Amino acid sequence: MSSQTPLHRVQGLGAAHSGVGHFWRQRVSAVVLVPLSIWFAVSALGLVGAREPAVLIFLSNPLNAVLMGTFMLVSIYHMALGLQEVITDYIHHEGVKLLLRTLNYAFAFAVALACVFALLRIAIG
Amino acid sequence: MADIPHKVASRPLSPFLTIFHWPITMATSIVHRMTGVALVGGTIVVAWWLIATATGPDAFDFFNRMVATPIGQIILFGFVWSLAYHLVNGIRHLSWDFGYGFEVPTANRTGILVFVLSLILAGGAFALAWLGQGGYYQ
Repeated sequence: MSSQTPLHRVQGLGAAHSGVGHFWRQRVSAVVLVPLSIWFAVSALGLVGAREPAVLIFLSNPLNAVLMGTFMLVSIYHMALGLQEVITDYIHHEGVKLLLRTLNYAFAFAVALACVFALLRIAIG
Repeated sequence: MADIPHKVASRPLSPFLTIFHWPITMATSIVHRMTGVALVGGTIVVAWWLIATATGPDAFDFFNRMVATPIGQIILFGFVWSLAYHLVNGIRHLSWDFGYGFEVPTANRTGILVFVLSLILAGGAFALAWLGQGGYYQ
């Protein structure tokens, strides 16, 4: 037996007010990150002890630049979703929750922008 | 009135994390969230590495010197192990989402496997790097 109103039920948004959207985005980004993380680990190990020119050559390669950019952007998206879940779980004051969620996304945007800027500067520079 | 605290203390209290025996599945779940939060730091390290590379030789060398310090190596191992754990346990979570491996004995076995495998992956990566087997892209 449900205590939801008929309108609430057809909207399908539930107590989180966002339905399964968050869950679904987190899973899709997780699936994408499985091969990308393996590529990143193999690449990072391949660059251990490398001097700057070698790293510049590696990251100037279009395939590596796109893969690194995708890895960072999807990672940061997955990170923002995960941190939002942590904030929602532990912070119960609505105002503080709103503030932290805003800071979370502002932080994610800043790191994402910094990574894209760095990659473009290396590739086009 | 004075004996109320005594009465409160003698009542059975609601159990909390410190009271429960830790099942493997609970430990893997908590560690998944902990490694996830730790990977925020790892993301900042990779972003710093990219920015330092884009900035120039001085910034790049400073990054390398910081990573080479004992504290830098400990942080780097924490990052590598967190990535390995979150990746391997993430695959375990994805298989649960498809309905596989939810039986308690299976979940316990894969839980131990996740800890062992993540340590082997992180330890293996560090062993390769220290033995000079890394750096094949230069």
